[in-house]
Amino acid sequence: MWQYLLDRRELIAFQAYQHVSLVVQCVVLATVLAVGLAVLSYRSARVTSLANSVSAIGLTIPSFALLGLLLAPFGFGITPAVVAVVFYAALPVLRNALVGLSGVDQSLVESARGIGMSRLTTLRRVELPLAWPVILAGVRVSTQMVMGIAAVAAYVLGPGLGSLIFSGLSRLGGANALNATLVGTIAIVLLALVLDVVLVLVGRLTTSRGIRV
Amino acid sequence: MSETLTHAGDPAHDRTVSGVAIRLEGVTKRYPGQSEPAVDAVDLEIAAGETVMFVGPSGCGKTTLLKMLNRLIEPSGGKIFLGDEDVTGQDPDQLRRRIGYVIQAGGLFPHMTVGTNIGLVPGMLKWDRKRIAERIDELLDLVGLDPEVYRDRFPKELSGGQQQRVGVARALAADPPVLLMDEPFGAVDPITRQRLQDELLRIQEELGKTIVFVTHDFDEAVKLGDRIVVFDVGARVVQYDTPEAILAEPAEDYVADFVGAGATLKQLTLTRVGDTGLHTPVTAAAGEDSAAVVTRATAAGEQYVVVTDGRGRPISWPSVAELTRTTTVPATRDERLPVVGLRSTLNDALDTMLAASQGGVVVTGRRDAVAGVLVVEQVMAAIQSTRGETRG
Repeated sequence: MWQYLLDRRELIAFQAYQHVSLVVQCVVLATVLAVGLAVLSYRSARVTSLANSVSAIGLTIPSFALLGLLLAPFGFGITPAVVAVVFYAALPVLRNALVGLSGVDQSLVESARGIGMSRLTTLRRVELPLAWPVILAGVRVSTQMVMGIAAVAAYVLGPGLGSLIFSGLSRLGGANALNATLVGTIAIVLLALVLDVVLVLVGRLTTSRGIRV
Repeated sequence: MSETLTHAGDPAHDRTVSGVAIRLEGVTKRYPGQSEPAVDAVDLEIAAGETVMFVGPSGCGKTTLLKMLNRLIEPSGGKIFLGDEDVTGQDPDQLRRRIGYVIQAGGLFPHMTVGTNIGLVPGMLKWDRKRIAERIDELLDLVGLDPEVYRDRFPKELSGGQQQRVGVARALAADPPVLLMDEPFGAVDPITRQRLQDELLRIQEELGKTIVFVTHDFDEAVKLGDRIVVFDVGARVVQYDTPEAILAEPAEDYVADFVGAGATLKQLTLTRVGDTGLHTPVTAAAGEDSAAVVTRATAAGEQYVVVTDGRGRPISWPSVAELTRTTTVPATRDERLPVVGLRSTLNDALDTMLAASQGGVVVTGRRDAVAGVLVVEQVMAAIQSTRGETRG
């Protein structure tokens, strides 16, 4: 396996880069979308519980099935991969953003309004910063989860380490088939750990010392 | 400004006044689905620079009425004037930046430092940075917190009382003419509450804002208020008068019940420490030569000496005998030192003495500097005389 790694290090490095790049971009996009949705819905208890159910049900859809369904409108390529990864990444962030925003102490919101902050300023300066640690926890869960889902996305010819795994699996018994599968899988696990450490650091840098536990 | 304020007649008469009058005309709040309005056509006039206390049972609408003043709750009808200006139709965010607002526990934002919290309103009013920074230090100083120590702390690093002080500082940041306080001292222990009340009285004496203060504690209302409004359900104004008048002549049985029994002793709550003859103690700055201080105290025939820090604030109260055993006056702070403000009531003074197991208290005035001492005999004498008065 070591020889396999050395022989293909450039290809593997490139695929690893593509994998991480796909995941990071999709998670960023998903976070923006999910927080946006949460901001629109957290004020209404009905919409919040609806969003929570959607999030729970969404996560039960098998990623393989969703990718298959996405083939019909988008065809093979990067688009269905991105759509699927963003979809899955958004769900935990949405749920946590809702929990975080509705968990902000109402007396602080009233206090903010009482000293003359507009609705938007209150959201930007008080509610989002206070909900941020919870939102970020959702982002971490998302990132871990979609590292795996991005591998499955290789089925529709998306980029990344998934193609190693799939090509290995399809040639099982053949030369280097097991090596390809193992390298792909282990690389994903390692990269997931690295990303998690990065997110913890981001958390420390972006969370106020006053609310850090 | 005189130290011995008379508390009768027009209370705001000889004070600095930076507040404006507030006038309510038929202010009403109806909630959909409720037959009775929460606040029913209230007319009220609050003079500039006065502290007016809203008291009444819970659910009487006093908090609703307060929140209509800064339009956190939109009135369903009626008009609200600040000075001569009708603010009923004004942009609420703009209006609120001109009205200080203090809630229970201060309502500080935990993710911002003390300084940032205080600078929020000036920031929204687009003051420049330097002016905001100066204002933050000035206000921390005003509420008795050292700016160097507290400016960059987070609220969780402060005690409840300190958080409340910062809450008051934040409300005062843009120098609003009106301050609204919604049961601000409800969540702190009794001794801290009394200190905060003293602090508020002292600040109010310096600034002369128009303060509207909601409380369910009648003693607090008597102590802090120039006037008290007693509300019944629907925010019906049952009585609006000075504390003395309400205690002496409750308008209805309802008020008498609310004021409670023991109203004679409640007169104790009306007598201010500053109105009794305070004794002027011998004071010594920390670090002074002990022998000189002892000589000074002996010459004055004093048994005790009040030791002050660099800003004239009392830190300990040793006996002359204790001082003779030292070479320089020690700078240690006695955490249990009994202290009350000039505008504290005799009730507070007595409480403080009992809590500290001491026969006297140090009285502080402006910026917490020593104004005198009060001993238990003087309090007893005052009780005797008020009892005599109310009987006779």
